[in-house]
Amino acid sequence: MTPVMPSDFDPENAAPEDFVSPGLPVDEANTTGRVPLGDPEKIPDPADVEIPEDLREQIQAIVDKYPDRDHKGSPKSAAIPVLWIIQRRYGWCTPEGIVQAACVMQVTPAYLESVATFYDLLRTSPQGEHQVLVCTNLACWMRGGDELLDAFCEKTGADREAAGHGGALSADGQVLVSGFECLGACDLAPMASVDERYFGPLENADAETIVDQLEAGEEVLPEKALEKRGLAGGVAESSDPRVTEGKGPNR
Amino acid sequence: MIEETRVLLRHAEDPKMATISGYESYGGYETLKKALKEIDPEWIVGELEESGLRGRGGAGFSMGKKVSFLPHTDDAKYLCCNADESEPGAFKDRELMQRNPHQLIEGMIISSFAAGIGHAFIFIRGEYDDQADVLDRAVEEAYGAGYLGKNILGSGFDLELVVHRGAGAYICGEETALLDALEGKRGNPRLKPPFPAVQGLYGGPTLINNVETLSNVSHIVANGADWFKGFGTEQSPGTKVVSVSGCVKRPGNYEVELGVTLRDLIFGLAGGPLDGREIKAFYPGGSSSPVLTPAELDLPYSFEAMAEAGSMLGSGSIIVADDSVSIPRMAKRTSKFYRHESCGKCTPCREGTSWTDKMLERVVNGEATPMDLDIIASVQNNIMGNCLCVLGDAMAMPVSSMVKKFRDEFEEAIASEASAAWSASVMESAGAQSGRYVPDSQQPGPGGESPEVIRRKRLAGREIPSAMNGGGY
Ligand SMILES: Cc1cc2nc3c(=O)[nH]c(=O)nc-3n(C[C@H](O)[C@H](O)[C@H](O)COP(=O)(O)O)c2cc1C
Ligand code: SF4
Ligand code: FES
Repeated sequence: MTPVMPSDFDPENAAPEDFVSPGLPVDEANTTGRVPLGDPEKIPDPADVEIPEDLREQIQAIVDKYPDRDHKGSPKSAAIPVLWIIQRRYGWCTPEGIVQAACVMQVTPAYLESVATFYDLLRTSPQGEHQVLVCTNLACWMRGGDELLDAFCEKTGADREAAGHGGALSADGQVLVSGFECLGACDLAPMASVDERYFGPLENADAETIVDQLEAGEEVLPEKALEKRGLAGGVAESSDPRVTEGKGPNR
Repeated sequence: MIEETRVLLRHAEDPKMATISGYESYGGYETLKKALKEIDPEWIVGELEESGLRGRGGAGFSMGKKVSFLPHTDDAKYLCCNADESEPGAFKDRELMQRNPHQLIEGMIISSFAAGIGHAFIFIRGEYDDQADVLDRAVEEAYGAGYLGKNILGSGFDLELVVHRGAGAYICGEETALLDALEGKRGNPRLKPPFPAVQGLYGGPTLINNVETLSNVSHIVANGADWFKGFGTEQSPGTKVVSVSGCVKRPGNYEVELGVTLRDLIFGLAGGPLDGREIKAFYPGGSSSPVLTPAELDLPYSFEAMAEAGSMLGSGSIIVADDSVSIPRMAKRTSKFYRHESCGKCTPCREGTSWTDKMLERVVNGEATPMDLDIIASVQNNIMGNCLCVLGDAMAMPVSSMVKKFRDEFEEAIASEASAAWSASVMESAGAQSGRYVPDSQQPGPGGESPEVIRRKRLAGREIPSAMNGGGY
């Protein structure tokens, strides 16, 4: 059944709530965001898009790394790494950055946006200077991950409800606090990823220290960094002859 | 007292191991040199098959068999190392890549040589930025030493290796979703068959293996299949890096022979439960595996014993819950994860994970009725085996095991005071005579309403929380 639209409906000038029947909730995600460049959206013309030369080279170098560089049509394998470049450069996947990347890759901006919105780490809205991802999955939850997220929210003023559902910015907009699924460091539970480095096991009081250190530009909790940890079983030399008399690596 | 059997993690605590010179000082890349010079690729494939090495990423399929499925044609073939490691409870690949990246790279070069592969990738989850940096450096060193690139060590064999960072999506660990993500798309699984060995990356034959599986390869090629079979059990040969976490004293990665008991792993190596606590349940193979109870602690940790116990070894990740953990809440955490990570392509998985999560929320909030437990169980049955990939099953299996094995705890949550008042009012308005669930066929209500009608009446009588109104995620 095709939806019935009033004959005087003017999509160009309609307000978001006019797109849905009265009384139904409006999902903002469907009614806000970047306005497409055209319909159907076109691949940006290099003549129209200003791209810093170093960025163009960086993107091209990534495209060239993948075997689909030789394929017909637009090679797309570089999409995720290129979006990472855009995010690193502009702080998040900005609409302008996406258009620049799309122009070099010769795909539509909508294509890159569809990729960016699929992945949790690629952000299509501002995410602040620093990112704190607090794991609230099974092992961390058992060891106090929820309370740790509470502590980060309390310290930064980030909204706790939103932090638990995709992330929230601190009151000053500088720190993104986000509850996260298992980060692959359950041995550190409860743990957090701070600017892409892992720390744990953390006490609630560490949240305050970490945020203060981030703001002061200091090294974050060096004694709780994953990099500094040894193996859980410690230094153990095997006496098993199958191991000691074997060949190959690790001898 | 049990000891670790460190083959893959041997000398791993030496920071030198992460560099090419350190790795070579411990005998690294010797096997590659020998293989390229004097070993027949066919022999390598045969040895891998003979060794019985089973995939360490979850499914436990024979690695050698998978290699032998690749067609012997001149088509461009691909190797993808699965380093997505996003299953809750798993963190072994992180340790292997961080401490000994060259062991993985050497294994990948030898596997590619054996299968005639010219392009290899390591698909690493985006969160592992530190480990991806380690790999980037190691790959650069390997190119510098002539172990990667054109005409490797003068053998005429070419191999390109790219480290590809993901960007945060559990589903990309599923092998066909991984291929889509590598091709620069949203990570949605593909319909199988065709299997990746026939038609994978860019439509070419593709071998996909886990980090730990590939890390074993140079050891097997150096020592032979019989040496490898000397470790572990008949059906689960070799050693396994096991991630133990949750409510234990010494969480971490421990490398043991397959077939040691769960008790040795959880008590002997990981130190057992925290002081004054007792173990209540544990996932033996990551959050996707049906939970086991302390009665099963003396089982050997092997693919076959875990399957026989109705669970699975999966990625080899044990998450321990002690008596302070509420099982209904643990089930809710589990469903929340899968609900968030479902790619949304299949209805049973997308709706099933979402509704299971909502129903479990009602259970833990004391807003459920006893009939909800049966509905939860039936939803799980309708997910299993009905989807493109097994993400849906990965929630259905642990959740149904919890409802089955700890039903009294779920009933207790439901029978709490708030909950009892709630269900009494519901049943009254639905026309039932008592607070207990009466099967549909015996519903005494006017017109014998179905559970669905009852549910709707229930929803009509209360405000719908915003989380149910548009996803909430
Ligand atoms: C939802 C889902 C997630 C998966 N995640 C991973 C993963 O993170 N790492 C992994 O190695 N295998 C994962 N797998 C298993 C892969 O599909 C595949 O079986 C495996 O990488 C094959 O390698 P192996 O034979 O060496 O185990 C996952 C499977 C599914 C269905
Ligand atoms: S089972 Fe779930 S995750 Fe897998 S393809 Fe279907 S919807 Fe996507
Ligand atoms: S559960 Fe927190 S890192 Fe795995």
